[in-house]
Amino acid sequence: MIAMLFTTLGLAMREIRRHLMRSFLTVLGIIIGVGSVVTMVTLGNGTTAAVQQQISSLGANILQIRPGQSFGRGGGGTQPQPFEVDDVDAIRQQVAGVVSVAPQVQSSGLAVRNAANWSTTIYGTTNDYVKAQSWTIDRGRIFSSEEERAGKTVCLIGATIRRNLFREDDPIGERIRIRDLSCEVVGALKSRGSSFGPGDQDDVVIMPVKAVQRRITGNQNVSMILVSVDPAYASDAVQDSIKALLRERRRLGPGKADDFNIFDTQQISETLQSTTRTLTALLGAVAAVSLLVGGIGIMNIMLVSVTERTREIGIRLAIGALGREVLLQFLVEAVVLASLGGILGLGIALGASILISPMLQIPFLFNPTINAVAFLFSAAIGVLFGYFPARRAARLNPIDALRHE
Amino acid sequence: MTGPLISLRGITKTFGEGPTAFQALRGIDLDIRSGDFVAVMGPSGSGKSTMMNILGCLDVPTSGAYLFKGHHVEQLTRDERALLRRRYLGFVFQGYNLLARTSALENVELPLLYRGEAKKARQEAALAALRKVGLEEWADHTPAQLSGGQQQRVAIARAIVTEPEVLLADEPTGNLDTERSREIMQLLKRFNSDAGITILMVTHEEEMAAFARTTVKFRDGLVESVEDRKQPVPA
Repeated sequence: MIAMLFTTLGLAMREIRRHLMRSFLTVLGIIIGVGSVVTMVTLGNGTTAAVQQQISSLGANILQIRPGQSFGRGGGGTQPQPFEVDDVDAIRQQVAGVVSVAPQVQSSGLAVRNAANWSTTIYGTTNDYVKAQSWTIDRGRIFSSEEERAGKTVCLIGATIRRNLFREDDPIGERIRIRDLSCEVVGALKSRGSSFGPGDQDDVVIMPVKAVQRRITGNQNVSMILVSVDPAYASDAVQDSIKALLRERRRLGPGKADDFNIFDTQQISETLQSTTRTLTALLGAVAAVSLLVGGIGIMNIMLVSVTERTREIGIRLAIGALGREVLLQFLVEAVVLASLGGILGLGIALGASILISPMLQIPFLFNPTINAVAFLFSAAIGVLFGYFPARRAARLNPIDALRHE
Repeated sequence: MTGPLISLRGITKTFGEGPTAFQALRGIDLDIRSGDFVAVMGPSGSGKSTMMNILGCLDVPTSGAYLFKGHHVEQLTRDERALLRRRYLGFVFQGYNLLARTSALENVELPLLYRGEAKKARQEAALAALRKVGLEEWADHTPAQLSGGQQQRVAIARAIVTEPEVLLADEPTGNLDTERSREIMQLLKRFNSDAGITILMVTHEEEMAAFARTTVKFRDGLVESVEDRKQPVPA
């Protein structure tokens, strides 16, 4: 029986080679089905990974508090009141369940050293920010409390700045010019690794908040407050306390809408995961439909093949082949055909994913599970849709089959 | 050998039902001895092909008994009949019926494949069979590359490669010229006398029937006559 199976396998391969073009067109549905599904899932995984990385680089369990109403509302009324450093201190001192609270003043400008210059983003903040964002110091140190209090013009630089301004030189103790401000580099941040999309995480200069306020933005405004939440506390409860505190400090009477918004990275991450799950389910449905169509294509051609080879089947039956042996032959042929289609589809998906991933600026993640599942599914399609034509072949009357022209 | 190899008793075969029914065989009684060479003759529609199909276990009689080596064949299932064909019977057809685009060797191997023989044994036996029909050198050729006579010889090699008890030939020379037909008949005759294979052959031509020892004539679904030839054409 095993030998029979191998022989049948050989027969099937020969039959497929004999009609190469037709075989290819037969499995085109499966190739396209498997190819597109695996490509979509692979790219979907890459996108999820890229977004997850960006979110996690914001720091785990971080609340971002910004002035203004939540997303999507046009600023029709008055400009919302900005935060101040006092708000940061108030949250730190009065809200339970916060690990660290950091202000963020954001600006942009040209960083210059000798002949080299680089346009970058400047963050005015505190050491808490470095911790909350889980930055690591590669060389040098973080700010001293004296530097923070006095708002000295010292800075930490990201890997991109370091690479562009210092090349291989040691930046510690060197001075760079930011706008018209000379600033001493006290620390170099370790690279966040591969960054995707427009936001290069390493393209950053961090200075004490007071230095940026005084020397660059020229006002006391804080554009964002970052709160790192103690994992032991429920994020919702901490958010509610912060909201209550800020409403009181900003003198918002009952019935007045918040003029600030809290953005929870944890929540975003969870939302993203559930979205991905829904999308994957949707892709699964698309897969089922496209593979069903592919399977019908195979059944169609196998039925044609059975008709075309009626005489051959008659000969085989006459010289003593059992019905089930003929059935096996055609079934194996269908399964081999479908599996080859599956393999081709996987190859195309691999190529397409490797090609498209860099264009979308997402990582290419090979997913063995989806590849294995897609392959097994295509083989199963072969069994399912090959059975009916094979049974038809096996049930032929040898006399009629031999007489068939 | 006691008793005949094949014994038909009151075989009838009706095609269709009701008013359109057609009775192809109307009660055949026939005994065939082991080692005989039987020519089956008769006009078209006399029922000889129908009887050959029944003898070849490709079809079942509507009524009557068919005993092969004393066993009732008419009661066998489809699979059992296939196994009987595989084990005891060889077929040669008018239209050769070789697998297209398949080498002569592979065509001859085919019945051994279904017997589950190993590849090496299959090839050796197939080559030996091709040697017996004088086509060893043509083993790699496909039917399209062979003449009609050569194709029929490949078909004969395929029929005898399993060393069957009975070879059923349905107008084996029907598509061939006289010269080629004689070659085929001599080949069959040789397998009959040398290997002792019982041969049942349908033919229209007296000249080919002359090679056989027994001639059975059919008419209107009945056996008209059974004659033993005193001096068949020697191999």
